Amino acid sequence: MNKPIRRMALVSMALFLGLLLNATYLQYWTADDLNARADNKRVRDAEFSRERGAILVNGRPIAESVAVDGQYEFLREYAQPVKYAPITGYYSYTYGRSGVEQTENTILSGSDPRLFVTRVIDMLGNQQPKGGSVSLTLNRRAQDAAWEGLQALGQGTKGAVVAIEPASGKILAMATSPSYDPNRLASHDFRQVQQAWGDLADDGARPMANRAAQELFPPGSTFKLVTAAAALESGQYQPGSTVPGGFSLDLPQTTNTLPNDGGGNCGGDRITLTQAMQTSCNVTFGHLGLELGPEAIAEQAEAFGFGERPFEELPAVATSDFPTGDATDGPLAAYAAIGQGSVRTSPLQMALVTAGIANGGDVMQPYLVDEVRSPDLDVLDKTEPTALRSGAVSPSVARDLTRMLVATVDSGTATAAQIPGVEVAGKTGTAQSGDGPPFAWFVSFAPANDSRVAVAVMIEDANIARTDIAGGRLAAPIAKAVMEAVLR
Amino acid sequence: MSAPATSRRNGSGSVSSGFTHRRRRGAELVLLLLSLAVGIGGYAAVGIGVDGEVPTNILGYGGWLALLVLGCHVVVRRTAPYADPVLLPVVSALNGLGLAMIYRIDLARDGSLAPNQLVWMTLGVILFITVLLALPDHRRLQAFTYTSGFAAIVLLLLPLVPGLGNEIRGARIWISLFGFSFQPGEVAKVLLVIAFAGYLVLHRDALALAGRRLLFVDLPRGRDLGPILGMWAISLAILVLQRDLGSSLLFFGLFLVMLYIATERPGWLIVGGLMFLAGAALAYQLFGHVRIRVLTWLDPFAYDSGYQIIQAMYGMAWGGLVGRGWGQGNPTQTPVPESDFIVAALGEELGLTGVMAIILLYGLIVERGLRTALVCRDAFGKLVASGLAFVVALQVFVIIGGVTKLIPLTGLTSPFISYGGSSLVANWVIIALLLRISDQARRPLPEFTGVTDDDTQVVRTR
Repeated sequence: MNKPIRRMALVSMALFLGLLLNATYLQYWTADDLNARADNKRVRDAEFSRERGAILVNGRPIAESVAVDGQYEFLREYAQPVKYAPITGYYSYTYGRSGVEQTENTILSGSDPRLFVTRVIDMLGNQQPKGGSVSLTLNRRAQDAAWEGLQALGQGTKGAVVAIEPASGKILAMATSPSYDPNRLASHDFRQVQQAWGDLADDGARPMANRAAQELFPPGSTFKLVTAAAALESGQYQPGSTVPGGFSLDLPQTTNTLPNDGGGNCGGDRITLTQAMQTSCNVTFGHLGLELGPEAIAEQAEAFGFGERPFEELPAVATSDFPTGDATDGPLAAYAAIGQGSVRTSPLQMALVTAGIANGGDVMQPYLVDEVRSPDLDVLDKTEPTALRSGAVSPSVARDLTRMLVATVDSGTATAAQIPGVEVAGKTGTAQSGDGPPFAWFVSFAPANDSRVAVAVMIEDANIARTDIAGGRLAAPIAKAVMEAVLR
Repeated sequence: MSAPATSRRNGSGSVSSGFTHRRRRGAELVLLLLSLAVGIGGYAAVGIGVDGEVPTNILGYGGWLALLVLGCHVVVRRTAPYADPVLLPVVSALNGLGLAMIYRIDLARDGSLAPNQLVWMTLGVILFITVLLALPDHRRLQAFTYTSGFAAIVLLLLPLVPGLGNEIRGARIWISLFGFSFQPGEVAKVLLVIAFAGYLVLHRDALALAGRRLLFVDLPRGRDLGPILGMWAISLAILVLQRDLGSSLLFFGLFLVMLYIATERPGWLIVGGLMFLAGAALAYQLFGHVRIRVLTWLDPFAYDSGYQIIQAMYGMAWGGLVGRGWGQGNPTQTPVPESDFIVAALGEELGLTGVMAIILLYGLIVERGLRTALVCRDAFGKLVASGLAFVVALQVFVIIGGVTKLIPLTGLTSPFISYGGSSLVANWVIIALLLRISDQARRPLPEFTGVTDDDTQVVRTR
């Protein structure tokens, strides 16, 4: 009977070998995947009883973990929660994370490979590992100006502001209205958290939507920057070239005509391109759209970054779109060229276009995270500026465009953005949106010759009469305040 | 290390090993002290990990554990001096680890399972000692072949008796008596091994020799299929009536392997394997609970019933290579962490390292059991030893394999570690039987001392 016993010994060995291999597979190979699953309560519990790193702006925290008594050792607290919510996002036991809390989670929670040495030291010293901190590119004064500007338009204002440093791509301000209080979602009172989440989900104004980066709108006349850039880049036009003006543009294949906003005649039937920019002349830019064709404008839009997600440091950043094909066929090309029709862009993307012009034609990669630090405040990583799109327009075209935009602020539709002693370049926009109130836009940068800040402001809805909504009236003062805050 | 001895053939036809085994009781004692360090050290580490201090009753607890284990050692030294020296320390280490883990779960849940488990362990040790004292020779058990078989069947049927049987977590395998819950299947396991061994020793020639050859495999005669058909039916009945996948698989697998060892004919494995597959396929088609088990195993995240296994996997992943440390994990997140899922709880706090150590300890039990079967001189002893060893192997494979998602999850206890009186007591009896057989097997053969007469010989037995 010994032969079968020996065989069964081999069978048993195979069974145990299977157990050993499978345990290794489970606890070594697939462990990271299992730990990363959203419903893994162990990992969440551990994160909640660990000191999470702070999110800093100008050296002061806008989000930090404070020690509390209770089931979990640390509570996430947000200073100025509503103002910074679109950037910080929330950090909730029940509902997970968003914003920078999500995109920089590995650093903040302390599990990032860059924190490996710190973790080993903590483990050897038998200390709870801590998370690293994240220092943002935001400028407190600019963020204050942006948020207060939106607030000044009254309760229920929907809008967004983005400010960028053109030479580096640093995001200096990003505000959206309405906003929400992430402290209510970070609470350890889960019943209240559930209540707060329900309230936010039921709110028709969608306070958790980041209108500055995650949503798309028709850009209206601010898109004329792109059309003008396409025209100048084509070589067929100069700022002084004579272009058609007048009351309205006859469109091909249809009896419709394209009028100017407010019904003016742009200062004459034949005007210069600079004049057309100053008066935001729909006839001229509609004409340019037809002449250049949608492909050329689409190419220029993509050179500024349309058609690609601009950055990953916030979740679900929207990709702006200038469609070609049926959507911009025939007469539709004229509408698209003035930022109407099916063109869709985020305020962030319009800020990038503006910053690209301000930076001599190079669109810099926008970024929010300036530095990543270990719990001991050693700098682990500092973001170096890189170009998102080099040569979106040539330096000479960038100079021409800047001069046209300065003229628009000096004596055009954008006079509301004038800053005494500083040369400002800017452009208004008012986009129609079907039956709803129009979108008021303003894009600008200053100082014109050595720009330190580029701003895009978009007001989707404010509690004022429809006829009063125009980029120059509503949005320009906010842009001006943000620029002043940076330049001061 | 061995003195040369003459090789002899004994009645069963197997060859005794070519050397005399030493008693090795000193080695056993050293290993036992090591195992106590594991058990008592684990208990202290749990206190430090959870409360930041060594449990106040560490002396009483440690003393009691030491008393039990060293008591076993003394009894083995007196009654089975040639018994295998590794089995008892391995069992002591596993039992100590299990007690520490159950105590750790108690601390997390304000429970009081650990003292109960210690009482059960005491009972197990008492039974262990009783078996060694009352059974000087394992061959006496052969007389109880049919008694054990009958008792096993009665025990297996008990949970079906109305008022006595108890359904816990979907399986009707428990009985409640005087406020105690008992899992008769665990005891039936031991009785079945004895019954199978006794039956097979008597009938193995008929089962082994008759038959016809088909494609290189000797297939058994149809008329000899009776016992295997009977066992198959009993296993299916357990599966259907008690909804106990694990025990069903365990009993049928055990019978099949013992049949193969007794007859040395792989044909039985093939016939049995096909019957198992047919039964499994039939059960999958007919019974929802079997189907759900399999589907949950294939993709636990797709079914609500996957919660248990998912939590167990999360726990083990959270443990990683070296574990969170005693008291630093969250094992109560997994359902029934003290019983079916205790290996997952250990994997969470002791990591892959701990799980591997536990699997290897089980492997040692099986290896020592099969080694005992190899050197055993009588067929009955060989069958009992290999049956007991293999039933441990199969049980460990089914439960640890289930918890780590190697095979579909079925409810069984992890021998010596899981909380549960019936399982602990039955497994201590298994070890007592293995030690008794190995004592017989390793004991030097009686030597002839001076022939005084052709008819009369003086035989020295030790």
